[in-house]
Amino acid sequence: MSATIMGVAIGLAQLALALAIVLATMRLILGPRAQDLVLALDAVYVHTMLLFLTLGIRTGTVFFFEAALVIAVLGLVATLALAKFLMRGEVIE
Amino acid sequence: MSHLDLPLWAAVPAALLLVGGAVLTLLGAVGLLRLPTFYERIHAPTLGTSYGAFGIVLASVIVFSVSQQRPVLHELLIAVFITVTTPVTLMLLGRAALYRDAPKGRQGPPQPPT
Repeated sequence: MSATIMGVAIGLAQLALALAIVLATMRLILGPRAQDLVLALDAVYVHTMLLFLTLGIRTGTVFFFEAALVIAVLGLVATLALAKFLMRGEVIE
Repeated sequence: MSHLDLPLWAAVPAALLLVGGAVLTLLGAVGLLRLPTFYERIHAPTLGTSYGAFGIVLASVIVFSVSQQRPVLHELLIAVFITVTTPVTLMLLGRAALYRDAPKGRQGPPQPPT
């Protein structure tokens, strides 16, 4: 009974997160200027991390949690570096 | 018997938090696609990094704590990390966008109604 509830909920959550990644990718393709691309890439990183957390709930292992943590750190560094590049023209001065 | 065979008092809140967080994240992505200017679009994905991340992380904490019968709190690390770092990166990005818009006389952020 409760396994069915959790299975349906996890399926719905995965569907919603996958659709969110598709929408952010559409903004990544459409985005008129460079800052739109950086924003959409950051959104794709965050949504992928949430999708990994949901997958970890489904499988019940800690493996996906560590992968999600690594994705979160990489997304932070990528967005910071790209924002710095847009601001100053180079990343490390 | 899988690890998802929780008692009902834990399964219902976990399922609601999971679906609620994922749907709020989807709404943020719709806003990212539909809003007209960059300065409005930069607000939309933060719905996913605040409420979306908290909902999914809390659901994960409930599921693992009940199924392993001990407090499992390491997912909160992700929630705290995302909550602290997202405003910093988006403020930097917004400042970069303002800096790029300033000399060209493009339209800046929308003014609040007076």
